[in-house]
Amino acid sequence: MAHAHTDHPAPAILAEVKPVAFPRATLVENNRSFSWVTEKICGIIEGPTPRWWWIAFAVSGFLASFTVAGIIYLVSTGVGVWGHANPVNWAWDIVNFVFWIGIGHAGTLISAILCLLRQKWRTSINRAAEAMTIFAVVCAGIFPVFHVGRVWFAVLPGYLFPFPNANAIWPNFRSPLEWDVFAVSTYGTVSVLFWYIGLIPDLAILRDRFYRSGDKLRSALYGFFAMGWRGSNRHWSNYEMAYLVLAGISTPLVLSVHTIVSFDFAVSLLPGWHTTIFPPYFVAGAIFSGFGMVLTLMLPLRAIFRLEDLITQYHIDCMCKIILATGTIVGYAYGMEFFIAWYGSNPYEGFAFINRAFGHYAWAYWIMISCNVVTPQFFWFKSVRRNIGLVWILSIFVNVGMWFERFVIIVTSLARDFLPSSWGYYSPSAVEIFTFFGTFGVFGVLFLLFIRFLPIMPMAEIKAVMPQADVHGGHDKH
Amino acid sequence: MAATFYGLMARFDTAPDIYHAAQQVRDAGYKNWDCITPFPVHGLDGAMGLGRSNVPKFSLLGGLTGFTTGMSMIWFTGAFDYPLIVGGKPYFSPLFAFPISYELTILFTAFATIAGMFILNWLPQHYHPVLKSKEILRGLDDAFYVVIEARDPKFDLNRAKALLSQAGAKEISELEA
Repeated sequence: MAHAHTDHPAPAILAEVKPVAFPRATLVENNRSFSWVTEKICGIIEGPTPRWWWIAFAVSGFLASFTVAGIIYLVSTGVGVWGHANPVNWAWDIVNFVFWIGIGHAGTLISAILCLLRQKWRTSINRAAEAMTIFAVVCAGIFPVFHVGRVWFAVLPGYLFPFPNANAIWPNFRSPLEWDVFAVSTYGTVSVLFWYIGLIPDLAILRDRFYRSGDKLRSALYGFFAMGWRGSNRHWSNYEMAYLVLAGISTPLVLSVHTIVSFDFAVSLLPGWHTTIFPPYFVAGAIFSGFGMVLTLMLPLRAIFRLEDLITQYHIDCMCKIILATGTIVGYAYGMEFFIAWYGSNPYEGFAFINRAFGHYAWAYWIMISCNVVTPQFFWFKSVRRNIGLVWILSIFVNVGMWFERFVIIVTSLARDFLPSSWGYYSPSAVEIFTFFGTFGVFGVLFLLFIRFLPIMPMAEIKAVMPQADVHGGHDKH
Repeated sequence: MAATFYGLMARFDTAPDIYHAAQQVRDAGYKNWDCITPFPVHGLDGAMGLGRSNVPKFSLLGGLTGFTTGMSMIWFTGAFDYPLIVGGKPYFSPLFAFPISYELTILFTAFATIAGMFILNWLPQHYHPVLKSKEILRGLDDAFYVVIEARDPKFDLNRAKALLSQAGAKEISELEA
């Protein structure tokens, strides 16, 4: 232990009290070696394909076919196959978009913000969480692209991307929807780049291992993407700087993406949407739902691949506490919205909120409150956080609750707009329902391919936070 | 063609060992040498005498390009190529152009950072004497190496060998180019 060398006289009491050694949480349990980490993670890829993987892949593929069929039907028939009608012209499409984009945010939070905050526990979960981000962005992108019906008109001649349309008019850059196009496509691209940079050293390990086991084809494939990485410290120096810069720019990026998504609503004049609280409230909600999804995915992986030494109870505790914190922020935002609706004395704003909680969609509102405000409060208790099965179930409630949050915000405000004569009640069509549930299949297929072919944890980063990696011996003894 | 001699490769088994070995090689005045490690060893840059990475210069350049691209694209489309009054507002204002310029700043910075990393590291480079060595098969798993190249002006086979074994190398092998 280090002793304090003080020059000035210390209070006498200090001689009597013994400072408590504050234990650092172990990030890799059971004193594992470097090569144990390599064997464990590469073993998942090198071993035979497990039977459960094929079953899960078949189920996900079947589910994904719903989305494909739903989209083909939509494009060949028209957007009328979805349940939208005046006054609810945005519904499940935008709900699903915001839902999936929000899920993605936890991956970037783990890889970027926790990196800047030097939260070393992020290392074992960041690869899978970043993969989740990318696949969630893929699922999210389906909805805004296809909700216009004839996609080629949206993408090619300039409603979304800056090409002039048939009348040589450019897109309207004042519109938050146009900002969204740039925010989401930047987010998707930067997430892929960040993920790929993290993968390079691990792909090099796989290249060498397949070479040694004589599998020249796979060695060449992994080697191609490993870019000839050889672990040179002169390279690591630039690599780490690049990683830090990427973390530094991904942090404002992830905050801006959901801020801009919330502008889609906040910049409008609709009661219930037109509020300045939306950006921080949406960002907190996104992180909340994303960590819910990280737990939903990582807890089964941890059990199946016996990763308890790498995703320890400490990791689960940290994630539960983030869910608790962000869930409480979300709960506060719900309360504050009501307060401002009352305090602002605008009868239309007041009506929008009373209607949310007690109107035709009250069932959705109370599902949202119970899942998002009540569920996370269980994580105050250590016994809950240590009950892995219960944590998993609560994480699913978080996902459900956050989907309903977007539903409540979007649909209740639109269904009761300014003209009572045009009020309506929105129900989704079967096509919409199948298209949405199919995206879980799309996500599942992508995620299963990821865990089969790519290292699910960043080996180099895990090794760097192990006690043996410390050049001064790994303990305070020196 | 006969294989030419590239340099010496010395294995060390722990992170503290390579750290101290790197300090000794640095102090011996070598220039063309390197450490091969399975992960970025904290503090090894200092032990090798490496300066701060130049990647951020690329990042800054990328960011400035991105911001300028966003602003000038929106000015060009809305105020120059086809001026169109939307909502009775000015043709161009940096305020409404900001969100998109902000996103493009980040997008271009990301590409420039990664390009900078690849350029400074001279990657992709699929052929390298270190990769040719059988040792690399362990090198990215759990072993640490110091490589001293023969082209270093101070290189002398026997003296370099002596330095490395004195630094505690477990095994010293010769690399072919």
